[in-house]
Amino acid sequence: MAEGPKIYAEILGIQITTSTINMWMVMAVIIILCVVSTRNLKTVPGKMQTISELIVTTMNNMVESTMGKKNMSFAPYMLTLIVYLAFANTVGLIGMRPPTADLNMTLALSILTFILTQFFAIKSKGIGTYLKGYIEPFPFLLPMNIMGELANPISLGFRLFGNLLGGTIIMGLLYTGLTNLMKVPLVIPILAHAYFDIFSGLLQSFIFVMLSMVFIAMAMD
Amino acid sequence: MITGIEIIKACSAIGAGLAMIAGLGPGIGQGFAAGKGAEAVGRQPDAAGEITRTMLLGQAVAETTGIYSLVIALILIFANPFI
Repeated sequence: MAEGPKIYAEILGIQITTSTINMWMVMAVIIILCVVSTRNLKTVPGKMQTISELIVTTMNNMVESTMGKKNMSFAPYMLTLIVYLAFANTVGLIGMRPPTADLNMTLALSILTFILTQFFAIKSKGIGTYLKGYIEPFPFLLPMNIMGELANPISLGFRLFGNLLGGTIIMGLLYTGLTNLMKVPLVIPILAHAYFDIFSGLLQSFIFVMLSMVFIAMAMD
Repeated sequence: MITGIEIIKACSAIGAGLAMIAGLGPGIGQGFAAGKGAEAVGRQPDAAGEITRTMLLGQAVAETTGIYSLVIALILIFANPFI
């Protein structure tokens, strides 16, 4: 478990690993769920539509309270991100290696947040004010300001990666080292999975999305 | 006589153990934050949901440095660049 994901093939220099294949499976599940729940939309909603409307409304409220009313256009991206992360972090429940236990995946998502932050900072403040922001309050603090800007996406990526990889290694150790203890039916495996897979996975996905929203909102004013 | 690769492996193992001393910080900080959260809920029981959410957010951010030290220890044990 700790040696890294298995490499299956190499296409044009890009390696296809366990993480990639698990990510494709998570994407397929999410796409099927989205297609099924948006068919036959009625004014008086059925069960599936009620749940989807509840999720969308909750996310809209969260985006409005964190980023302000004029930034509601970020809500679809944030909802996609939190749904993908929630599914991807909890596939440990069925024995698959979570795709976010791979540093490539988490750094890719945090680089997306970094690009969004810089782009919208330039777009809303103008490139002159944006560049001047690095020289305030004192010009000799320029390296510190640049490092502070870079530390945000790096810490986002490493937080998610570290939590998920730690959880995966501990579950692997529990299953191989304490095999007889894990055969106690229904008590010990449930406690271990409930903490490491469900609670930690969902909390980390929520933290990632909240911090992304706060970074983008702070960069725009 | 201990030479070369064995000293590197031994010192990597010691380094991984020393790196986990940084687990002290998040333990103290998060416990303190949880105490403040419990105090706030005691003062205003209606806001318990909002207080819990804010406390969990703050604790997950405070755990970051402990995670950094765990990543260094895991790199030293499993993906050692010095060997």
